[in-house]
Amino acid sequence: MIDGIGLQEILIVSTIMFFLGIYGFFTRKNLITILMSIELILNSVNINFVAFNKYLYPNLMQGHFFSLFVIAIAAAEAAVAIAIIIDLFRNIKTIDVEKVSSMKN
Amino acid sequence: MNLNSFLLMRHELILIAVVLLYLASEIIGGGKNKRFSLNFAVVLFLAVTIIGFLPISTGTMFGGMYQTSPAIILMKNILNAGAFIVFLQVVSWLKKEENDNRIMEFFILIVSTLIGMNYMISAGDFLMFYLGLELATIPMAALAAYQVYNLKSAEAGIKLLLLAALSSGIMLFGISMLYGASESLYFTDLIRTMEMNSMTVLALVFIFSGLAFKISIVPFHFWTADVYEGAPMSVTSYMSVISKASAAFVLMSLLFTVFAQLKEIWTPILYITSVLTMTLGNLFAIRQRNIKRFMAFSSIAQAGFIFLGIISGTQMGMSTVIYFLAIYIFSNLAVFGVAGAIYNQTGKELIDDYAGLYKTNPALTLVMTFGLFSLAGIPPIAGFFGKFFLFTAAMESGFLWLTVIAVLNTIISLYYYLLIVKAMYITPNESPIAFFRSDFYMKMGLILATIGILVIGFIGGIHHYIYNLSFGIL
Repeated sequence: MIDGIGLQEILIVSTIMFFLGIYGFFTRKNLITILMSIELILNSVNINFVAFNKYLYPNLMQGHFFSLFVIAIAAAEAAVAIAIIIDLFRNIKTIDVEKVSSMKN
Repeated sequence: MNLNSFLLMRHELILIAVVLLYLASEIIGGGKNKRFSLNFAVVLFLAVTIIGFLPISTGTMFGGMYQTSPAIILMKNILNAGAFIVFLQVVSWLKKEENDNRIMEFFILIVSTLIGMNYMISAGDFLMFYLGLELATIPMAALAAYQVYNLKSAEAGIKLLLLAALSSGIMLFGISMLYGASESLYFTDLIRTMEMNSMTVLALVFIFSGLAFKISIVPFHFWTADVYEGAPMSVTSYMSVISKASAAFVLMSLLFTVFAQLKEIWTPILYITSVLTMTLGNLFAIRQRNIKRFMAFSSIAQAGFIFLGIISGTQMGMSTVIYFLAIYIFSNLAVFGVAGAIYNQTGKELIDDYAGLYKTNPALTLVMTFGLFSLAGIPPIAGFFGKFFLFTAAMESGFLWLTVIAVLNTIISLYYYLLIVKAMYITPNESPIAFFRSDFYMKMGLILATIGILVIGFIGGIHHYIYNLSFGIL
C-alpha cells in the first residue's frame, strides 16, 4: 500500500469513473465511444471490488474473482456489440446514434 | 457433494445438452434439410418441457452458490412451457426463404438465454446471479439483430445490448457496494448480516435500477418500444414474456430474502414506480398504431401490476406474482401468436389492418380476443383472477390507494384492449386480410396458449398449489 492513499481515495476515483461513464453514455454520439463509456463503468466496478478486497477483507478472494468474471463478460459483450455495429455500418454507412433512429412513433 | 447432487441442476443440464445436440445436428446435417431441422428442434424441446415436470429433489450446491426450491422449479417449468409455445409459433416464420441456413442459430440462441435465466433464478450468490443475467441478455441482443439485412432489426439489437450493458453496469456497482458493506455475496450470509446503513441502501437502489431495466419499469422503459418494434415478431414475444417473467421473479425473491431488512426503503420505491409504470404504460399504449409497440406499452403496464404483489411482501403476494406471471405468459403468447401468423402471411402489423378480421379468419380472431380479454382482466378468463388476487394481496397489506389506482388503470387498459377487439369484429373494411391456413405448429401453439389461459383460470386448485410453495418475508 502506498502511504497516504486509503480506501476512501480509491473509492472517490472509482465513483468519478462510474459517473463519467454514465455521462459519456448519454452524451456521446458515436456507438464505439458509447461502448467505451460502458467499459469505464465496468472498470470502476472492478476497482471497487479489488479495493474492498485489499483494504477490508485481505483474507478473502471473492472480490478478485468477481472482477475477473466482470472483465471476461465485458469482453463478450463488446464482441457482440461490435458485430452488430459492423452490421449497422454495412446498412447505413455510419455509426452515429442520431442516424440510428428509423423507429419513431 | 457427490456426482448425484449434480442432478439438482437437471433443468440446466438438459438445456445445455439440448444446445449441444442442436449444434451437432447443424454440423452433421449442414442445415440442408429445413424440415428435419425444424421438426427436430421442436420435438426435442417438447421432450425437455415434459421431463422438466418430473419430480425432482431440491437443495443447494457449490457451497450455496446454486439453490433450488419448489417455487423455483415451478417457475423454470413455466418458462420452459412458454418457450415451447414460442418454438411452435416461430416455425412458420423460420420456414421463409430469408431465414435459410440459420434456422438452428435461432434455437441455439433462445435455449442459451433460457439457460441463463434458469441459472439466474436459482442463483444463491451474486456472482452466479450476474453470470446468469448476462447469459440471458447477450444472446438476446443477437436474437434481436437476427435479420441481418434489416436496419430496424440491427437497431433493436444495438439498443438492447447497450442499454442492457449500462443497466448491468449500474447493478454491478450496487453489488460492489454490497460486498464492501457485508463481506460476502452469498445470499445466505447476506440475509443474516444485512443491516440498514447508507452503503446497503445505495446497493439496494442500484441493484433495483439494474433489474428495473430488464422488467422495463417506468423511469427505465425507454428502450422497450423501439426494441420490441425492431426485433422479429417471435423474438419480441419471447422477450416480452419469458425474459420479463424471469427478471420479475428474481427481483421478487431478492427483495424478499436478501433485502428483507430494508423493507421500509423498498416499499416506497416500489409504490412510486408501480404507479408511474401502470399509468404511463397505459397512456402511451392508447396512441400506438403498431401492434408490437402497442404490446410493448401493454407489457410495461402489466409490469406495474406485478409490483402490487411484490410490494405486499406476503406469502399471498409471492404466490400471486407467480400465478400472474404464468397467466401473463399464456395471454401474451396468444396475442403475439396471432399477430405473428398474420405478419408471416401478409407482412401487416398495424392495428388498422386487423379491421374486419372476424369475417375472414374467425378462429384467429377468437384466440386474439381470449388473449386480449385475459390481459385486460375480463371475468371468466384467467387474467381476471390474476388481477383479482394481486389486488387482494395489496389490500391485505394495507395498500388501499395503490389498489384504487391500479383498478382505475385496469379500466383505462380495458379501453385500449377493446379497441383492437372492436377493430376485428365491428369496424367495416373493404379489403380485410384474406383467409389463410396456418401450419400445424402454429395451430398447436395457439391452441396451447388458449388452453393455458382457460385452464389456469378455471381450475381453482392451481393458485392454492402455488400458495403452498411460496413464502413471504419472514
